[in-house]
Amino acid sequence: MKVGIVSYGAYVPRYRIKLEEIAAVWGDDAKSIIGGLKVNEKSVPGLDEDAITIAVEAARNAINRGNVDVSRLGAIYCGSESHPYAVKPTSTIVAAAVEAEPNLTAADFEFACKAGTAAIQTCMGLVGAGMIDIGLAIGSDVSQGAPGDALEYTAAAGGAAYIIGSSDLTAVIEDTFSFTTDTPDFWRREGMPYPEHGGRFTGEPGYFKHVTSAATGLMDKIGTKPSDYDYAVFHQPNGKFPQNVARKLGFTPEQIKAGLVVPRLGNTYSGSCMIGLAAILDQAVEGDRIFMTAFGSGAGSDAFSITVTDKIEEIRDAGPKVEELLQNPIYMDYATYAKHKGKIKV
Amino acid sequence: MTVARFWRKIPNRYNLIGTHCTTCGEHYFPPRQMCPTCRRDGKIENHKFEGKGEVVTYTVIHTAAKGYEMQAPYNLAVIKLDEGPSLTGQVVCGKEEMEIGMRVRSVFRKLGEESEKGMIYYGTKFVPE
Repeated sequence: MKVGIVSYGAYVPRYRIKLEEIAAVWGDDAKSIIGGLKVNEKSVPGLDEDAITIAVEAARNAINRGNVDVSRLGAIYCGSESHPYAVKPTSTIVAAAVEAEPNLTAADFEFACKAGTAAIQTCMGLVGAGMIDIGLAIGSDVSQGAPGDALEYTAAAGGAAYIIGSSDLTAVIEDTFSFTTDTPDFWRREGMPYPEHGGRFTGEPGYFKHVTSAATGLMDKIGTKPSDYDYAVFHQPNGKFPQNVARKLGFTPEQIKAGLVVPRLGNTYSGSCMIGLAAILDQAVEGDRIFMTAFGSGAGSDAFSITVTDKIEEIRDAGPKVEELLQNPIYMDYATYAKHKGKIKV
Repeated sequence: MTVARFWRKIPNRYNLIGTHCTTCGEHYFPPRQMCPTCRRDGKIENHKFEGKGEVVTYTVIHTAAKGYEMQAPYNLAVIKLDEGPSLTGQVVCGKEEMEIGMRVRSVFRKLGEESEKGMIYYGTKFVPE
Protein backbone atom coordinates (compact mmCIF):
# COMPACT_ATOMS: atom_id res chain seq x y z
CA MET A 1 0.00 0.00 0.00
CA LYS A 2 1.27 3.46 -0.89
CA VAL A 3 1.21 5.90 2.01
CA GLY A 4 1.86 9.60 1.78
CA ILE A 5 0.76 13.19 2.07
CA VAL A 6 -2.85 13.95 1.14
CA SER A 7 -2.56 17.65 1.97
CA TYR A 8 -0.38 20.08 3.89
CA GLY A 9 -0.57 23.47 5.55
CA ALA A 10 1.77 25.82 7.38
CA TYR A 11 1.36 28.76 9.69
CA VAL A 12 3.78 31.48 10.80
CA PRO A 13 2.89 34.40 13.11
CA ARG A 14 3.28 37.86 11.55
CA TYR A 15 5.72 39.27 14.10
CA ARG A 16 9.50 39.31 13.65
CA ILE A 17 12.54 40.49 15.53
CA LYS A 18 15.83 41.15 13.81
CA LEU A 19 18.93 39.55 15.30
CA GLU A 20 20.61 42.97 15.47
CA GLU A 21 17.92 44.04 17.95
CA ILE A 22 18.66 41.08 20.26
CA ALA A 23 22.43 41.50 19.92
CA ALA A 24 22.17 45.20 20.84
CA VAL A 25 20.50 44.32 24.15
CA TRP A 26 23.18 41.83 25.16
CA GLY A 27 26.16 43.74 23.81
CA ASP A 28 26.97 41.05 21.26
CA ASP A 29 28.49 41.65 17.85
CA ALA A 30 25.45 41.39 15.57
CA LYS A 31 27.51 40.98 12.41
CA SER A 32 29.41 38.00 13.73
CA ILE A 33 26.25 36.38 15.15
CA ILE A 34 24.29 36.80 11.93
CA GLY A 35 27.28 35.60 9.92
CA GLY A 36 27.79 32.61 12.20
CA LEU A 37 24.16 31.54 12.46
CA LYS A 38 23.15 32.64 8.94
CA VAL A 39 19.83 33.85 10.37
CA ASN A 40 18.69 37.46 9.90
CA GLU A 41 15.42 37.53 11.79
CA LYS A 42 13.05 35.20 13.59
CA SER A 43 9.30 34.91 14.04
CA VAL A 44 7.64 35.84 17.32
CA PRO A 45 4.20 34.66 18.43
CA GLY A 46 1.38 37.14 18.96
CA LEU A 47 0.34 37.81 22.54
CA ASP A 48 -2.55 35.41 22.00
CA GLU A 49 -0.66 32.72 20.05
CA ASP A 50 0.86 29.51 21.37
CA ALA A 51 1.67 26.02 20.10
CA ILE A 52 -2.06 25.18 20.12
CA THR A 53 -3.27 28.18 18.09
CA ILE A 54 -0.43 27.67 15.60
CA ALA A 55 -1.27 23.95 15.33
CA VAL A 56 -4.93 24.79 14.67
CA GLU A 57 -4.14 27.39 12.00
CA ALA A 58 -1.73 25.01 10.24
CA ALA A 59 -4.24 22.14 10.47
CA ARG A 60 -7.06 24.27 9.07
CA ASN A 61 -4.79 25.35 6.20
CA ALA A 62 -4.04 21.68 5.44
CA ILE A 63 -7.71 20.66 5.60
CA ASN A 64 -8.90 23.56 3.45
CA ARG A 65 -6.08 23.17 0.92
CA GLY A 66 -6.95 19.52 0.27
CA ASN A 67 -10.70 19.98 0.81
CA VAL A 68 -10.38 17.08 3.25
CA ASP A 69 -13.45 15.48 4.80
CA VAL A 70 -12.57 15.73 8.52
CA SER A 71 -14.89 12.85 9.41
CA ARG A 72 -12.26 10.57 7.82
CA LEU A 73 -9.63 11.55 10.41
CA GLY A 74 -8.77 8.55 12.56
CA ALA A 75 -5.78 10.02 14.40
CA ILE A 76 -4.43 13.42 15.41
CA TYR A 77 -0.91 13.74 16.77
CA CYS A 78 0.67 17.05 17.71
CA GLY A 79 4.41 17.32 18.18
CA SER A 80 5.79 20.23 20.19
CA GLU A 81 8.25 21.07 22.91
CA SER A 82 6.05 23.97 24.01
CA HIS A 83 2.64 22.38 24.61
CA PRO A 84 0.74 25.01 26.65
CA TYR A 85 -0.51 22.38 29.06
CA ALA A 86 1.79 19.93 30.83
CA VAL A 87 -1.24 17.65 31.16
CA LYS A 88 -4.16 18.17 28.72
CA PRO A 89 -3.43 17.25 25.13
CA THR A 90 -2.95 19.90 22.47
CA SER A 91 -4.33 17.35 20.01
CA THR A 92 -7.76 17.30 21.71
CA ILE A 93 -8.11 21.05 21.24
CA VAL A 94 -6.95 20.78 17.62
CA ALA A 95 -9.50 17.99 17.06
CA ALA A 96 -12.34 20.20 18.32
CA ALA A 97 -11.10 23.22 16.38
CA VAL A 98 -11.05 21.32 13.07
CA GLU A 99 -14.39 19.70 13.91
CA ALA A 100 -13.05 16.16 13.74
CA GLU A 101 -15.36 13.37 14.89
CA PRO A 102 -14.69 12.18 18.44
CA ASN A 103 -14.17 8.65 17.08
CA LEU A 104 -10.42 9.04 16.72
CA THR A 105 -7.21 8.50 18.63
CA ALA A 106 -5.12 11.50 19.67
CA ALA A 107 -1.95 12.18 21.61
CA ASP A 108 0.79 14.75 22.01
CA PHE A 109 4.36 14.02 21.06
CA GLU A 110 7.54 15.55 22.41
CA PHE A 111 10.99 14.98 20.91
CA ALA A 112 12.64 18.41 20.88
CA CYS A 113 12.61 19.51 17.21
CA LYS A 114 11.47 16.27 15.60
CA ALA A 115 8.20 15.56 17.42
CA GLY A 116 6.25 16.52 14.29
CA THR A 117 8.01 14.06 12.00
CA ALA A 118 7.52 11.34 14.65
CA ALA A 119 3.80 12.16 14.36
CA ILE A 120 4.02 11.72 10.56
CA GLN A 121 5.66 8.30 11.03
CA THR A 122 2.98 7.21 13.49
CA CYS A 123 0.23 8.22 11.08
CA MET A 124 2.06 6.37 8.28
CA GLY A 125 2.06 3.24 10.41
CA LEU A 126 -1.63 3.47 11.27
CA VAL A 127 -2.62 4.17 7.67
CA GLY A 128 -0.33 1.46 6.32
CA ALA A 129 -1.72 -1.08 8.77
CA GLY A 130 -5.25 -0.20 7.71
CA MET A 131 -6.18 0.94 11.23
CA ILE A 132 -7.21 4.43 10.13
CA ASP A 133 -8.26 6.08 6.87
CA ILE A 134 -6.32 9.33 7.26
CA GLY A 135 -4.35 10.94 10.09
CA LEU A 136 -3.29 14.48 10.97
CA ALA A 137 0.33 15.00 12.01
CA ILE A 138 1.39 18.43 13.27
CA GLY A 139 4.65 20.02 14.34
CA SER A 140 4.10 23.33 16.14
CA ASP A 141 6.19 25.37 18.54
CA VAL A 142 6.67 28.69 20.24
CA SER A 143 10.17 27.74 21.21
CA GLN A 144 11.94 29.19 24.21
CA GLY A 145 15.39 30.67 24.63
CA ALA A 146 16.51 32.13 27.94
CA PRO A 147 17.28 35.88 27.83
CA GLY A 148 20.89 36.31 26.77
CA ASP A 149 21.30 32.63 25.83
CA ALA A 150 22.52 31.66 22.36
CA LEU A 151 19.15 30.03 21.71
CA GLU A 152 17.41 33.39 21.99
CA TYR A 153 18.79 34.37 18.59
CA THR A 154 16.95 31.61 16.80
CA ALA A 155 14.06 30.22 18.94
CA ALA A 156 11.03 31.09 16.80
CA ALA A 157 7.32 30.32 16.34
CA GLY A 158 5.52 28.42 13.60
CA GLY A 159 4.11 25.10 12.57
CA ALA A 160 3.04 22.80 9.79
CA ALA A 161 0.38 20.12 9.46
CA TYR A 162 0.30 17.08 7.18
CA ILE A 163 -2.64 14.86 6.39
CA ILE A 164 -1.37 11.35 5.90
CA GLY A 165 -3.36 8.80 3.92
CA SER A 166 -3.17 6.10 1.26
CA SER A 167 -5.33 7.48 -1.55
CA ASP A 168 -5.55 10.73 -3.48
CA LEU A 169 -1.94 11.46 -2.56
CA THR A 170 -0.18 14.75 -3.23
CA ALA A 171 3.14 13.11 -2.43
CA VAL A 172 4.05 9.49 -1.84
CA ILE A 173 6.32 8.80 1.13
CA GLU A 174 8.36 5.90 -0.21
CA ASP A 175 10.05 5.10 3.06
CA THR A 176 11.29 6.48 6.35
CA PHE A 177 14.26 5.65 8.53
CA SER A 178 15.15 6.78 12.05
CA PHE A 179 18.28 6.90 14.16
CA THR A 180 17.99 7.42 17.93
CA THR A 181 20.51 7.54 20.78
CA ASP A 182 20.72 8.81 24.35
CA THR A 183 22.62 12.04 23.69
CA PRO A 184 22.07 14.82 26.26
CA ASP A 185 22.75 17.77 23.95
CA PHE A 186 19.64 19.77 24.93
CA TRP A 187 16.91 19.35 27.53
CA ARG A 188 14.34 21.13 29.65
CA ARG A 189 13.41 19.80 33.07
CA GLU A 190 9.80 19.67 34.27
CA GLY A 191 8.61 23.08 35.46
CA MET A 192 11.60 24.96 34.03
CA PRO A 193 10.77 27.83 31.66
CA TYR A 194 13.86 27.58 29.43
CA PRO A 195 15.87 24.70 28.01
CA GLU A 196 19.52 24.00 28.76
CA HIS A 197 21.96 22.85 26.13
CA GLY A 198 25.45 21.59 25.72
CA GLY A 199 26.67 24.49 23.55
CA ARG A 200 28.94 23.14 20.83
CA PHE A 201 28.08 19.61 21.97
CA THR A 202 24.76 20.05 20.12
CA GLY A 203 26.71 20.09 16.85
CA GLU A 204 28.89 17.10 16.00
CA PRO A 205 27.63 14.43 18.46
CA GLY A 206 24.08 15.78 18.26
CA TYR A 207 22.90 17.25 14.97
CA PHE A 208 25.53 15.98 12.52
CA LYS A 209 25.84 12.42 13.82
CA HIS A 210 22.08 11.83 13.88
CA VAL A 211 21.15 13.60 10.65
CA THR A 212 23.90 11.88 8.65
CA SER A 213 23.13 8.47 10.21
CA ALA A 214 19.40 8.67 9.45
CA ALA A 215 19.97 10.13 5.98
CA THR A 216 22.55 7.57 4.89
CA GLY A 217 20.53 4.83 6.60
CA LEU A 218 17.51 5.65 4.48
CA MET A 219 19.44 6.02 1.23
CA ASP A 220 21.20 2.68 1.87
CA LYS A 221 17.89 1.02 2.70
CA ILE A 222 16.10 2.09 -0.49
CA GLY A 223 19.13 2.32 -2.76
CA THR A 224 19.07 6.03 -3.58
CA LYS A 225 21.77 8.69 -3.68
CA PRO A 226 21.65 12.48 -3.23
CA SER A 227 21.63 13.12 -6.98
CA ASP A 228 18.35 11.16 -7.27
CA TYR A 229 16.55 13.99 -5.47
CA ASP A 230 15.35 17.34 -6.79
CA TYR A 231 15.01 18.86 -3.33
CA ALA A 232 16.36 18.21 0.15
CA VAL A 233 15.42 19.68 3.51
CA PHE A 234 17.17 19.19 6.83
CA HIS A 235 16.32 20.40 10.30
CA GLN A 236 17.21 24.09 10.53
CA PRO A 237 18.37 25.12 14.02
CA ASN A 238 20.30 27.85 12.19
CA GLY A 239 21.32 28.46 8.61
CA LYS A 240 24.76 26.94 8.94
CA PHE A 241 24.01 23.38 10.12
CA PRO A 242 21.65 22.33 7.30
CA GLN A 243 24.02 23.74 4.66
CA ASN A 244 26.98 21.92 6.20
CA VAL A 245 25.17 18.61 6.60
CA ALA A 246 23.83 18.84 3.06
CA ARG A 247 27.37 19.32 1.74
CA LYS A 248 28.66 16.49 3.91
CA LEU A 249 26.00 14.13 2.55
CA GLY A 250 26.56 15.17 -1.07
CA PHE A 251 23.54 17.41 -1.67
CA THR A 252 24.02 20.67 -3.57
CA PRO A 253 23.08 24.20 -2.41
CA GLU A 254 20.51 24.23 -5.23
CA GLN A 255 18.74 21.18 -3.80
CA ILE A 256 18.26 22.73 -0.35
CA LYS A 257 17.53 26.30 -1.46
CA ALA A 258 13.72 26.06 -1.67
CA GLY A 259 13.31 24.51 1.77
CA LEU A 260 15.85 26.67 3.61
CA VAL A 261 13.43 28.99 5.38
CA VAL A 262 15.48 29.62 8.52
CA PRO A 263 17.19 32.93 7.54
CA ARG A 264 13.84 34.76 7.59
CA LEU A 265 12.02 32.54 10.09
CA GLY A 266 14.39 31.25 12.76
CA ASN A 267 14.18 27.79 14.27
CA THR A 268 10.56 26.76 14.69
CA TYR A 269 11.61 23.52 16.41
CA SER A 270 8.93 20.90 15.70
CA GLY A 271 7.79 23.07 12.78
CA SER A 272 11.26 23.61 11.29
CA CYS A 273 11.75 20.76 8.82
CA MET A 274 8.03 20.49 8.18
CA ILE A 275 7.71 24.16 7.17
CA GLY A 276 10.76 23.63 4.94
CA LEU A 277 8.99 20.68 3.29
CA ALA A 278 5.84 22.80 2.85
CA ALA A 279 7.94 25.49 1.11
CA ILE A 280 9.26 22.83 -1.27
CA LEU A 281 5.78 21.42 -1.98
CA ASP A 282 4.71 25.00 -2.74
CA GLN A 283 6.90 24.88 -5.83
CA ALA A 284 7.48 21.21 -6.64
CA VAL A 285 5.97 19.52 -9.70
CA GLU A 286 4.84 16.00 -10.48
CA GLY A 287 7.66 13.48 -10.27
CA ASP A 288 9.95 15.64 -8.13
CA ARG A 289 11.74 13.69 -5.42
CA ILE A 290 12.30 15.24 -1.99
CA PHE A 291 14.65 14.07 0.74
CA MET A 292 13.83 15.24 4.27
CA THR A 293 15.68 14.63 7.53
CA ALA A 294 14.46 16.05 10.82
CA PHE A 295 16.54 16.20 13.99
CA GLY A 296 15.44 16.34 17.60
CA SER A 297 17.86 16.82 20.45
CA GLY A 298 18.05 14.11 23.00
CA ALA A 299 18.63 12.80 20.28
CA GLY A 300 17.23 11.37 17.09
CA SER A 301 16.63 11.89 13.38
CA ASP A 302 13.81 10.87 11.06
CA ALA A 303 14.58 10.67 7.32
CA PHE A 304 11.95 10.51 4.57
CA SER A 305 12.04 9.89 0.83
CA ILE A 306 9.12 11.57 -0.92
CA THR A 307 7.86 11.75 -4.52
CA VAL A 308 5.37 14.42 -5.61
CA THR A 309 2.30 13.44 -7.65
CA ASP A 310 0.23 15.38 -10.17
CA LYS A 311 -2.29 16.24 -7.43
CA ILE A 312 0.04 18.99 -6.24
CA GLU A 313 -1.18 21.24 -9.08
CA GLU A 314 -4.75 20.80 -7.86
CA ILE A 315 -4.22 21.77 -4.23
CA ARG A 316 -1.14 23.98 -4.14
CA ASP A 317 -2.93 27.31 -4.59
CA ALA A 318 -5.80 26.44 -2.25
CA GLY A 319 -3.84 27.42 0.84
CA PRO A 320 -1.31 30.04 1.92
CA LYS A 321 2.20 29.31 0.67
CA VAL A 322 5.14 29.57 3.06
CA GLU A 323 6.47 32.50 1.03
CA GLU A 324 3.16 34.32 1.56
CA LEU A 325 3.31 33.59 5.30
CA LEU A 326 6.77 35.15 5.44
CA GLN A 327 5.65 38.32 3.70
CA ASN A 328 4.42 41.54 5.40
CA PRO A 329 6.11 40.97 8.74
CA ILE A 330 5.59 43.33 11.67
CA TYR A 331 8.98 44.07 13.22
CA MET A 332 9.28 44.66 16.93
CA ASP A 333 11.87 45.93 19.38
CA TYR A 334 13.30 43.79 22.17
CA ALA A 335 10.97 45.19 24.83
CA THR A 336 7.87 44.31 22.81
CA TYR A 337 9.40 40.93 22.00
CA ALA A 338 9.98 40.30 25.71
CA LYS A 339 6.31 41.12 26.34
CA HIS A 340 5.19 38.76 23.57
CA LYS A 341 7.35 35.95 24.91
CA GLY A 342 6.04 36.30 28.46
CA LYS A 343 9.43 37.46 29.73
CA ILE A 344 7.73 40.42 31.43
CA LYS A 345 5.55 39.56 34.40
CA VAL A 346 2.94 41.97 35.81
CA MET B 1 -15.65 31.60 33.89
CA THR B 2 -16.20 28.07 35.16
CA VAL B 3 -14.75 25.14 33.25
CA ALA B 4 -18.22 23.82 32.45
CA ARG B 5 -19.44 27.18 31.17
CA PHE B 6 -16.52 27.44 28.78
CA TRP B 7 -16.77 23.78 27.72
CA ARG B 8 -20.46 24.08 26.78
CA LYS B 9 -19.67 26.84 24.28
CA ILE B 10 -16.62 25.25 22.63
CA PRO B 11 -18.31 24.72 19.22
CA ASN B 12 -19.49 28.34 19.18
CA ARG B 13 -16.21 29.81 20.37
CA TYR B 14 -13.88 27.64 18.23
CA ASN B 15 -15.88 27.44 15.02
CA LEU B 16 -18.59 30.10 15.08
CA ILE B 17 -21.36 27.51 15.12
CA GLY B 18 -24.66 29.37 15.23
CA THR B 19 -28.09 28.57 13.90
CA HIS B 20 -30.14 29.22 10.78
CA CYS B 21 -33.92 29.32 10.33
CA THR B 22 -34.69 27.53 7.07
CA THR B 23 -38.19 29.02 7.03
CA CYS B 24 -37.20 32.70 6.87
CA GLY B 25 -33.48 32.33 6.10
CA GLU B 26 -32.31 34.31 9.15
CA HIS B 27 -28.98 33.39 10.79
CA TYR B 28 -28.30 33.63 14.52
CA PHE B 29 -25.11 33.99 16.52
CA PRO B 30 -25.04 33.19 19.37
CA PRO B 31 -27.36 30.36 18.36
CA ARG B 32 -31.08 30.63 19.00
CA GLN B 33 -33.11 27.50 19.34
CA MET B 34 -36.33 29.26 18.27
CA CYS B 35 -36.73 31.74 15.42
CA PRO B 36 -38.22 34.94 16.91
CA THR B 37 -39.81 35.79 13.55
CA CYS B 38 -41.30 32.46 12.51
CA ARG B 39 -41.99 31.25 16.05
CA ARG B 40 -43.42 27.72 15.88
CA ASP B 41 -43.28 27.68 12.07
CA GLY B 42 -39.53 28.17 12.14
CA LYS B 43 -37.16 25.32 11.44
CA ILE B 44 -33.81 25.80 13.15
CA GLU B 45 -30.62 24.04 12.12
CA ASN B 46 -26.97 24.50 13.05
CA HIS B 47 -24.94 26.78 10.81
CA LYS B 48 -21.19 27.21 10.67
CA PHE B 49 -20.40 30.83 9.83
CA GLU B 50 -17.72 31.49 7.22
CA GLY B 51 -16.03 33.84 9.67
CA LYS B 52 -15.88 36.75 7.26
CA GLY B 53 -17.47 40.12 7.80
CA GLU B 54 -16.91 43.81 8.34
CA VAL B 55 -16.26 46.11 11.24
CA VAL B 56 -19.40 48.06 12.15
CA THR B 57 -17.70 50.01 14.94
CA TYR B 58 -14.76 49.59 17.27
CA THR B 59 -12.94 50.87 20.30
CA VAL B 60 -9.34 50.61 21.43
CA ILE B 61 -9.00 49.27 24.96
CA HIS B 62 -6.14 50.86 26.88
CA THR B 63 -7.34 50.19 30.41
CA ALA B 64 -7.85 46.47 30.21
CA ALA B 65 -9.82 44.27 32.56
CA LYS B 66 -7.98 41.86 34.85
CA GLY B 67 -6.28 39.17 32.83
CA TYR B 68 -6.08 41.27 29.67
CA GLU B 69 -3.46 43.80 30.85
CA MET B 70 -0.70 42.33 28.69
CA GLN B 71 -2.82 42.57 25.55
CA ALA B 72 -3.55 46.32 25.92
CA PRO B 73 -3.90 48.28 23.80
CA TYR B 74 -6.20 46.00 21.82
CA ASN B 75 -9.06 46.53 19.39
CA LEU B 76 -12.56 45.45 20.31
CA ALA B 77 -15.06 45.62 17.47
CA VAL B 78 -18.64 44.89 16.56
CA ILE B 79 -18.34 42.71 13.49
CA LYS B 80 -21.21 42.09 11.12
CA LEU B 81 -20.77 38.62 9.66
CA ASP B 82 -21.57 38.19 5.96
CA GLU B 83 -24.51 35.93 6.83
CA GLY B 84 -26.12 38.71 8.89
CA PRO B 85 -25.58 38.55 12.64
CA SER B 86 -23.23 40.87 14.50
CA LEU B 87 -20.91 39.88 17.30
CA THR B 88 -18.27 41.48 19.49
CA GLY B 89 -14.72 40.33 19.04
CA GLN B 90 -11.08 41.34 19.10
CA VAL B 91 -9.47 42.42 15.85
CA VAL B 92 -5.76 41.59 16.06
CA CYS B 93 -3.83 44.35 14.28
CA GLY B 94 -2.34 47.74 15.02
CA LYS B 95 -4.88 50.33 16.14
CA GLU B 96 -3.82 52.51 13.21
CA GLU B 97 -5.02 49.77 10.83
CA MET B 98 -8.55 49.85 12.28
CA GLU B 99 -11.25 51.41 10.19
CA ILE B 100 -15.04 51.23 10.19
CA GLY B 101 -16.13 49.10 7.24
CA MET B 102 -12.86 47.16 7.02
CA ARG B 103 -13.11 43.50 6.03
CA VAL B 104 -12.03 40.90 8.59
CA ARG B 105 -11.72 37.12 8.78
CA SER B 106 -11.74 34.81 11.76
CA VAL B 107 -8.65 33.20 13.30
CA PHE B 108 -8.09 30.78 16.18
CA ARG B 109 -6.46 32.48 19.15
CA LYS B 110 -6.07 32.37 22.87
CA LEU B 111 -8.88 34.41 24.42
CA GLY B 112 -7.55 34.39 27.96
CA GLU B 113 -6.81 32.14 30.87
CA GLU B 114 -8.31 31.48 34.24
CA SER B 115 -4.96 32.03 36.00
CA GLU B 116 -1.38 30.86 35.61
CA LYS B 117 -2.42 27.40 36.78
CA GLY B 118 -6.00 27.51 35.50
CA MET B 119 -7.43 26.51 32.16
CA ILE B 120 -6.68 28.39 28.95
CA TYR B 121 -9.61 29.73 26.95
CA TYR B 122 -9.29 29.42 23.18
CA GLY B 123 -11.65 30.75 20.56
CA THR B 124 -12.22 33.09 17.66
CA LYS B 125 -10.72 36.51 17.04
CA PHE B 126 -10.48 38.43 13.80
CA VAL B 127 -7.70 39.82 11.61
CA PRO B 128 -7.85 42.14 8.59
CA GLU B 129 -8.82 40.09 5.52
